[in-house]
This record gives sequence, C-alpha cells and structure tokens, in this order.
Amino acid sequence: MKFIDEFRDKNLVQEIVRRIRSLADTPAAIMEVCGTHTMAAARFGLKSLLPEQVQLISGPGCPVCVTAQMDIDAFLALGDEANVVLASFGDMLRVPGSQTSLERRRAQGTAVRIVYAPLDAVELARQEPGKHVIFFGVGFETTMPAIAMAIRLAASLRLDNFSVLCVHKTMPAALRALLASGEVRVSGLLCPGHVTTIIGAAAYDFIPQEFGIPCAVTGFEPLDMLLGIEAILRQLHEGRPRVDNVYTRAVQVQPNPRAQALLAEVFDPCDAEWRGLGIIPGSGVKIREQYDHFDARTRFPEVWQRLAPAPPSPCRCGEVLRGVLRPKECPLFHQACTPSQPIGPCMVSSEGACAAAYRYDG
Amino acid sequence: MKHILLSHGAGGKEMTMLIEQVFLSRYGSQDFSKDDSATVLLGSHRLAFTTDSFVVDPLFFPGGDIGRLAVAGTVNDLLTAAARPLALSASFILEEGLEIDTLKAIATSMQQTAAECGVTIVTGDTKVVPKGSADKIFITTAGLGLVLRDGVSGAAALPGDKIILTGSVGDHGTAVMLAREKLLEGGEAIASDAAPLTDLVLSLIEAGCAIHTMRDPTRGGIAGSLNEIARQSQVSMEVEEALIPVNPAVAAACEALGLDVFKVANEGKMLIIVAPEDAARALELIQGKRYGTQARIIGAVGDKPAGRVKVRTTIGTSRILDPPSGDLLPRIC
Repeated sequence: MKFIDEFRDKNLVQEIVRRIRSLADTPAAIMEVCGTHTMAAARFGLKSLLPEQVQLISGPGCPVCVTAQMDIDAFLALGDEANVVLASFGDMLRVPGSQTSLERRRAQGTAVRIVYAPLDAVELARQEPGKHVIFFGVGFETTMPAIAMAIRLAASLRLDNFSVLCVHKTMPAALRALLASGEVRVSGLLCPGHVTTIIGAAAYDFIPQEFGIPCAVTGFEPLDMLLGIEAILRQLHEGRPRVDNVYTRAVQVQPNPRAQALLAEVFDPCDAEWRGLGIIPGSGVKIREQYDHFDARTRFPEVWQRLAPAPPSPCRCGEVLRGVLRPKECPLFHQACTPSQPIGPCMVSSEGACAAAYRYDG
Repeated sequence: MKHILLSHGAGGKEMTMLIEQVFLSRYGSQDFSKDDSATVLLGSHRLAFTTDSFVVDPLFFPGGDIGRLAVAGTVNDLLTAAARPLALSASFILEEGLEIDTLKAIATSMQQTAAECGVTIVTGDTKVVPKGSADKIFITTAGLGLVLRDGVSGAAALPGDKIILTGSVGDHGTAVMLAREKLLEGGEAIASDAAPLTDLVLSLIEAGCAIHTMRDPTRGGIAGSLNEIARQSQVSMEVEEALIPVNPAVAAACEALGLDVFKVANEGKMLIIVAPEDAARALELIQGKRYGTQARIIGAVGDKPAGRVKVRTTIGTSRILDPPSGDLLPRIC
C-alpha cells in the first residue's frame, strides 16, 4: 500500500536502527507524546529494536485518557435528559465514568450513536428533528477543525437540536505544564504528527529554547518513529536541541491557516482540566458566544448543577499520563483492570498506554 | 455485569466469559463442545452437529447476503470437524412488514449456495414478530454431517504442526461495515468472501492429509481463532505477518478506519493445522481449489508458552497477537 509499505521496509528499518545504535552514547528517555505513537510502537515492537540506553515513555497525548472524570460523568448524565441522543467517537464507548459507561447506558436504553465524523452527528440531528443530538467533542487540535465544521454547518442549517459538549485540549500548553513540573525527566520529545499538521512545527520552539529539550515531529509508521528517535539522539549527541520535522510529507513549520481561521471563528481558548495534570491555563477551548446555541453546557445547564463530584478511584491513569508510572507498574494492571473491565481510560482507549501494554506486551 | 452488552456477542473475551458463566456452568457437560461443531456417536458412525444464527445488517452486501452466509457458515462449521455436510435446517424470524421479494431473494441465494456445495436444506421453521421486535430477518440454522476423520479438533494441534490459511483475511467484516456505514468512497469494491469450503476441505481429507485442527475464522478474525486453538491445545503459535494475505483495498480500509485486519471477520476462509510432513502436499491441494488460490503456510505451532500467539511483524520484530475484545463490528454475520 502506497505511503504505508515504504515506511515499514525491513531493510530501511535496520539501517536506521544501526544509526540509532551508533548515536546512543548516553541514556535517553524519549517521551512519545501522542497515544497513536504509543500504540504504533507497541504494535511494531519498536522497543525491542532500540539499544538499552534508549527508553520510550508514554506521554499525555491520548485524548480520551486525558479527559477529566467530571467531563465524562457530565456527558453520561446528559443521557438522562428527555429525547436526547448521545453521539460520540467509538473510542469513548467503554471508557468508565464514575458510575457507568456509554456502553452500559446503551444496554439500558439510552440512545447512543457511534459516529465516524462529527458531520455525521449533524446529519443525525437533521434526520431526527424530534431528538436532540449531543456530540462529545473530545480530542486535540487534530480533531477540533472537524468539530468546528460541524458547529458551523449546524448553524447554517439553523438546527435547534444539535449541540456539542466541548472538552477539547490543546497540546503545547500541556507539554509546557508537564515539563515545568519537573516531575518526569525527559531527554527528548517525539511530537505528535497529526496535531502538528494543524498547529505547525514552530509551536514547539519553546521546548528547546526554554527547557533545552530536543523535539522531533514524527509520523506513525515504524520508520517515521525511528527517524524521530534518531533525530532526537543526534540533537543530544551534538548538544544542540531544536525542533526537527521528520514528517515532512504532512507537516509544515507554520500552522495550517484555513484550519486556524476556522478554529478562531468557533472557539475561544480557556483553562481546561486534564486527568492527571489538573487544571492547565489556556489548554482548552470553549465554544464562542456567537455559537453558544450549539454548546451543550448552555443548553443543559441543570445537568451540571446536579452532577456529583467524582468519587475517589484506585485508578492511577493520571500518573501513567504524566509518564511517572509505567502501565505494568500499576497494581491494577492485568489484575482488576483489563480491556473488558477497565478501571481507567488508559486501559480501554485505542491510544491508551495500558491498552498498548496489555495487547502487545502480554 | 447486570445487562447483556453488544460486546458479549462479538466473539471476544466477553463472549467467552458469558458462555462459561451462564451456559457452561448450567448445562455444560463433558460432551459440550468447545469446537464449532459437536460430534455424537450413532452406532458405528460419528455425526457432526452444529447450530448458528445470522443477524447481519445490511441483508445484502457486496459478495453475499444473509442467506449465502447462513448456508456457508453452517457448512463451514461442520467441515471444521472433518465432516461431510449432509443436511441443514433453516428457521426464520421475520419482522412484520418485510417485503416478500426480499425473502424470496434470500431463499434463492440459500438454495444456490446449498447446491454449490452439495448440501440439502431439509427442514425449517417460520415465525413472524411485530414490527420493531426484530430487525427485518434473523436466520437460525442447524447442520448435520458425517465425520470422515476422527479427532480433528481445536484441542488437537501439536508442536511442530504447520498453520495453513486458505486465503486473504478481513474481506467479509470490512465489506459489511463499509456497506452499512457507507464510510469510504469506493468501498463497494471490497466484497465479502462468504463461501462454502466443502470441496477444499473434503479433498484434503480424502487425500489423507494429517489434519489436526480446522477453524473458520469468523467473528474475531484469525486473531480470535488462533488464540482459541492455542488455549484449547495448550500450545504456542507463531505466525509471520508478511505471509498473511490481505487484499490491498481491505488493508487500506482497515488502516483508514483503525481496524486490526487480523481481528476482522472472514466467512470463506479456513485455518488448517496440519502435521509438518503433510503441509506442502496439503497447501498444493488447497491452492488448486476455487477458494484456495491465495492459500499460504503462515506459521507454525510451538510448545511454550502455552496459549500464547505471537506474530513476527513486517519489520522483523515480534509481538503478541492478542484475542479480540469488545464489539469491533456489530452484526456482521
């Protein structure tokens, strides 16, 4: 398959691994920020190719995983409203809320629809004028333009029965908070390729400048990731941290102007609560006043008034997301917490670090 | 767990748990089969006996329909016991309002598929339920066959055996999903592989190939079936990713949708585990058959760790091939 097979070429992989081995002169802990990177590394067994000094650590880039428990509980509680249809990406279906999950609510009769694109949720609202379709807007910059499109389309159709629970997060602010905390020692960052198609590689310039940490923007095939690791090791070797872009077939230095214009039209920046990281200033977006008819928080404010605070949970996903606990170090891993009976989102999201470790490392 | 979830019917870990906790704990006797067909002794003959239900949505999809699926699926289950399929039953649950022409088209397809593989539908039942109590049409079949080679079972794979896959994986599940969701432009180019494998399997048995295990990798795909066999036989397995045929359009669709093609359903494929000395001969026979031209030896059975299936990736690393979990593609068969 074009653009896939070339990046899974065994001989090229071996060549890059040789170069990585020759560059790995000091221990390096490299954080793969994005959950899709975590999954790809596990699926292709990349860790077994790397020299012992080079460690991969999973970061906070699984959108489902970093969604705060209260936000998940709020979306589930919206299902109690009359004539409501909860629409979501499939990833969220089995993520446990404090009491229930979308999957369980569906079994008990709540209308839950899995959609593949936010525009499908708008179409659903058009087809069912007697229902109110609420879409769970989860995701980083990659997903946000599609949600913005959906809101704009709903506005142009003057739909009265479509809204979004917007819990989107922005990546650079979270990385700043994570690095500033000093909790986890990171030698370099593999920056998320898809997010960067929207925000541009220059968005990470502050990381080498302020923290002295090398960055490489990479894609999601084995060769992409290995080239990213090589770029970070080379920066470490040369003592010159910078942002290398090794995903040039998709990512540019500058942001995508059309996507950025769309985001600015529909969203305003705001503070956001992350699972494991707490409230990070300026790391989220909210729907702008002009479009607040499509904001589930405006349409169903009473749901938040009756929402109980999330009870304490033994889940340690927060530590996994900060890179301070490896999935297998969690006492729940593979015991109380499995993909069939997940305690936390990292075990059940298709980008979750625990799910990757459970599926591929045994 | 208080309520049935869709994942309880998806052929993964949840379904195994449900079967063990609800059914096996109540009526699971020593004779309860963990294979796709049970076998029962009748005088000097051993019979294979199986049942299956079909609830696929949509009823018609590229490469097949619910009728072809029902006949081929039941026949293939009998074949996994190394049995010659003899007779089928077909029971219909019909939703009020279904067009009679739709039912006629499905019955015609069943007759054609049965004729293709030389089996007869000998009995059936019809029930109609009020609109909304079922979705258009559900079919339940039973199948009876004569076992030609004793001992072929998911529990009979031995270390050293070779694993043959009779063709490409992922076609059926991908075709149905694209037909239902209309997800990708050009998706109709992907067709289900639904087919009865009678000719292919019987030729191997008649040639005396030392077959130990056969399983048709339907729901849960080859990842599900290989894990089941590894657990039942208490063996390990290793397969080579690069040797597993995947049609390019299916591979592309699965990449785009984030599906693991090894967990996607097939309805016209067989995993055949055969003694190493007979592997080459069996492969040649299979490749000469209509539904076996793409057959490959994809790996081998080992001894330890028991129950573990590993896959050697295209880049030369090794990882676990885990069994499926959750509702990957609801109502694909």
